Parts: sequence; C-alpha cells; structure tokens
Amino acid sequence: MPFQSTVGDYQTVATLETFGFLPPMTQEEIYDQIAYIIAQGWSPVIEHVHPSGSMQTYWSYWKLPFFGEKDLNLVVSELEACHRAYPDHHVRIIGYDAYTQSQGTAFAVFQGR
Amino acid sequence: MSKKYDAGVKEYRDTYWTPEYVPLDTDLLACFKCTGQEGVPREEVAAAVAAESSTGTWSTVWSELLTDLEFYKGRCYRIEDVPGDPEAFYAFIAYPLDLFEEGSITNVLTSLVGNVFGFKALRHLRLEDIRFPIAFIKTCGGPPNGIVVERDRLNKYGRPLLGCTIKPKLGLSGKNYGRVVYECLRGGLDLTKDDENINSQPFQRWRERFEFVAEAVKLAQQETGEVKGHYLNCTANTPEELYERAEFAKELDMPIIMHDYITGGFTANTGLANWCRKNGMLLHIHRAMHAVIDRHPKHGIHFRVLAKCLRLSGGDQLHTGTVVGKLEGDRQTTLGYIDNLRESFVPEDRSRGNFFDQDWGSMPGVFAVASGGIHVWHMPALLAIFGDDSCLQFGGGTHGHPWGSAAGAAANRVALEACVKARNAGREIEKESRDILMEAAKHSPELAIALETWKEIKFEFDTVDKLDVQG
Repeated sequence: MPFQSTVGDYQTVATLETFGFLPPMTQEEIYDQIAYIIAQGWSPVIEHVHPSGSMQTYWSYWKLPFFGEKDLNLVVSELEACHRAYPDHHVRIIGYDAYTQSQGTAFAVFQGR
Repeated sequence: MSKKYDAGVKEYRDTYWTPEYVPLDTDLLACFKCTGQEGVPREEVAAAVAAESSTGTWSTVWSELLTDLEFYKGRCYRIEDVPGDPEAFYAFIAYPLDLFEEGSITNVLTSLVGNVFGFKALRHLRLEDIRFPIAFIKTCGGPPNGIVVERDRLNKYGRPLLGCTIKPKLGLSGKNYGRVVYECLRGGLDLTKDDENINSQPFQRWRERFEFVAEAVKLAQQETGEVKGHYLNCTANTPEELYERAEFAKELDMPIIMHDYITGGFTANTGLANWCRKNGMLLHIHRAMHAVIDRHPKHGIHFRVLAKCLRLSGGDQLHTGTVVGKLEGDRQTTLGYIDNLRESFVPEDRSRGNFFDQDWGSMPGVFAVASGGIHVWHMPALLAIFGDDSCLQFGGGTHGHPWGSAAGAAANRVALEACVKARNAGREIEKESRDILMEAAKHSPELAIALETWKEIKFEFDTVDKLDVQG
C-alpha cells in the first residue's frame, strides 16, 4: 500500500521564526552559521527574552552588540554565558548589518522554558 | 536665435537624429528596438520615434516657433545593431527632464509608449529600457515601505519570505476561504495571497473575505508565535472602492494589502501607494496583463521597464516570474530586472539586458516575488536565483500536499530553511540540491511526502522572449 494513502495529522507548532522548522542544531552547525555572519561583515548581536515575551519586537541585549567582532570562539562563549545567566530564556543570535540597518539573519540558539 | 516659418514636411532626421549629442545626467534615456518598414532608412525611423514620442508631429507647424523646441525635443543620439537580428536595430533616445510632470509615471508612459507605437513607418517597436535620471526619481514616492521596513514589520530575517496563493482561486465562500488561509499560516507560511481575479464576486463579497481572513491571520499568529499576513486584494472598479477596501483592511489591523498595477493602472497604483505610506500598510503588487505587453520580442514594452515603473509608482513586493516554474522568464534577464527592483545602483550590463547605468539613490527596494508552478524540488534553485530579498510562493505546491495545506506549508518551510542553512554553511545548494532536501526530509514526514508527490513535475519549454545574442 503506498504511504500517501494515509493522511497524517499536522499539529501546529509554536516556533521562533528563521530555522524554527529545523531540528535543534548541533554545536558544529551553530559554528557554521556564526562563521557565515562574520564572513558577511555583519556584527554579532545576542538577545534574550522570557518565553512569554517572545513576540515582542525588542528582546533584551546581552551586553551590547559585538560590533566588528571577528572571533568565532568569543561569540560562542558569549552565547553560552548569556544562556547560563538566563537559563529559562530564549537566546537568539543576530547578524546585524549596519549598512542596511537591518538584520542579515537572526535565529534562536537556545529555547527557554 | 529666431527662425523663419517654412511650411511643409521635413524629414524627421533633419531635426531629431543628432548623433553628436552627449546626453545630460538629467535626461531621461530610452532604448527602443525598432523594426522599420522596408526601404525606410534607420536614421529616419529612429528620428521618427524620437519625434513622435516627444515634441514632433508629421508636418511643420507655425506655432512651434512660439517656443524653443531645441530645449524640449527628444533626440536620437545612437543607433546600434541588434545581435542576431538583421532587420531590427536599437535606437537610443534622450528626452529633456522638463518634458515630464514630476513624479508621474503615467505621464512618462503616455509620452514614451503613446501614439508612436501605432506609427505606420514602423512594423514593430519595443521599449527595451529606460534610464530614469536621479532628478526624476527624487520626485517619485516609490515603495511605501521597502524591503528593510517590511522585514522589521514582519520580523523575518535571513531568508526569503514564504507564501502561497489560496486555491481554488475562485468559488470559495468567505468562511471556507478563511479556513484555507488559516491552514497555510499555521503550517508555517509567512504570508498568503488573494488570487488576482478575486475582487468581490457574488460567491464571496470582499468584506466577507476580509473579516474571515483577519480572524485566520490573528489565530495563526497566536498559535505559532510568528508574525503572519495575507495580501488582501483591494483592486476594484473605482478608486473610491479601492480606498474603501484598503481602509477596512487597516481597520482589521491587517499588515498588508494587494493591488494589480497594470489592469488597475499607474494612477490608481501611485495613489494607493501614497495611501499605504500614510497608513503604515505594506503593499503587494500583482502584474496581470503584463505578458500581453512584454512577451513579444519585437513589440511592446520589456518587463524591466514595467518593473522600474512599479518601483517608482510604489509597491513593496512585485511578481517577477520564477525562471524555473510554469511561467515564462529567462534567468539572466530576470536577474537583471530584480537588481533594478532591489539595488541602489545597477550598472549597464547587456548580458543581463540592462542597457543603462541606473542610479536609484535612496529609494527603498522592492521584494521580488516568485510564484507560479513551483514546488519543493525547485527550492534550492529559487534560493540561488532570488536570494533572501524575495518572496517564494507555492500554490499547488502547498494545497496539493496529500495531507492538506498545513502539511504542504510545513514541507515548504522545512525545505526553505534547510536550503538557507546549507547555503550559509558554504554548500553549493544547486549542485547538492537532492542531498540537502533528502537529509531535511529525514526529520520531516511532511517534506518526505511532498518530495515523493512532485518528483516528476517539470516545466521544460524554451523561453519565447530571450536576450538578444548572436545566434
């Protein structure tokens, strides 16, 4: 029997925008994405928020945007430090593009509870 | 220097063919592909086009001596062969800025593609490109919001927007229609769209549609935690109706509305874009009727001109074809005009069909919308061609999923994000497309089924309107 004959039930999921439909990334995959942000010339920005506020435009900055930061390891350790300080918050990384004043990319790295 | 009146008929080229002329930065430049009647010299045909699209008429008239036509006339300053076509040639014409009303695309087109297209000395005529001087661009409103503001409003970064048109395109009641919108949005699409020919028919009056769609959008937003929208088509029979529909969309707190800019007309479109700018509303633009005007390689107006005109008239998203789907469009040509929708400066590049340098100054960019006969297997190519500042719309590719629209939407969202992730990680997404999609499908039964459903569907017909190259 072909498997299409069975209709599945699609359950709505709450997601955090970009990459929300992919399984959680491995550490190496996260490194690749941060390397991409740095290679584009964007500044890494780390933001966090309590899950109840995830739809707010503004999440709290972790420290300040890391303007011009090129060190992948430093960005990763800051992400982890933010997660340690706010273990129940969502934490996202942004590649901030000062030329367009927009975010080149943004995605959640840690999901809060 | 005053001149004497000399009645009679002069050859156009005596006045309008000026190969020594160096165009000014403030001139509006146009490139026409001309095919003249047999036996008429190229210079005469080109000069006739310059004359008939600017100040000239077939006879000398006394009243032209009341002004200084040297100041106002269009001039053909260059003629070029069309590669691979011995009977046609390109005529480059410069028009002084003062021939046009500030900010009026309607006025520019009425001059440039008016009577001249019916001129008997021509067999065919096609407007290939316009270089708008920055002085003119600064008088146009342009996109009401633009790419950057739209991303901020919709909270979508680092990837194309994902959408679909609601199907069946005609015949659903308002409540059923809202259901389909809800299914798509809860499944992971960012935006859904009214089909262009949905306006306010007996089976579904516009107010009915707007109310149910608004409920669907708000519910999906609440349940998914993501920002959602639906292009409410406000295209109507009269400007008054158009504004009434737009006002109601705003009242319902909807983020985006839609207009058909060619059937609706440039005047209506510019007015609506101004309304959107004043009211914080995003504007999606459909292009019904464009292929009537732009598909014939020797006659009409190239779509790159219509795209530039839309950016000036105003819109935040414009349909551009898909390159890979069921509708016409060559890859290089498409890249050429999507540059003109999104970039602040586009250099002359004949390999992309751009005949002029085009400086857009600070005018915001327009999202390129790819829609029509595309499905998950096309995702890697679409991302490679259109990049992030685009909106990819899968109609049949969403609703045709064996589990329904929500699962179809999820399949597309997974495929899109897998391709973006792979691209960012440095993989060659077009070459490795199969591997990327199959890997992603391991975590998504919805995608696995979509890949199986559409594996054999291709639209491989040759393009009718190609770039002019030596054959």
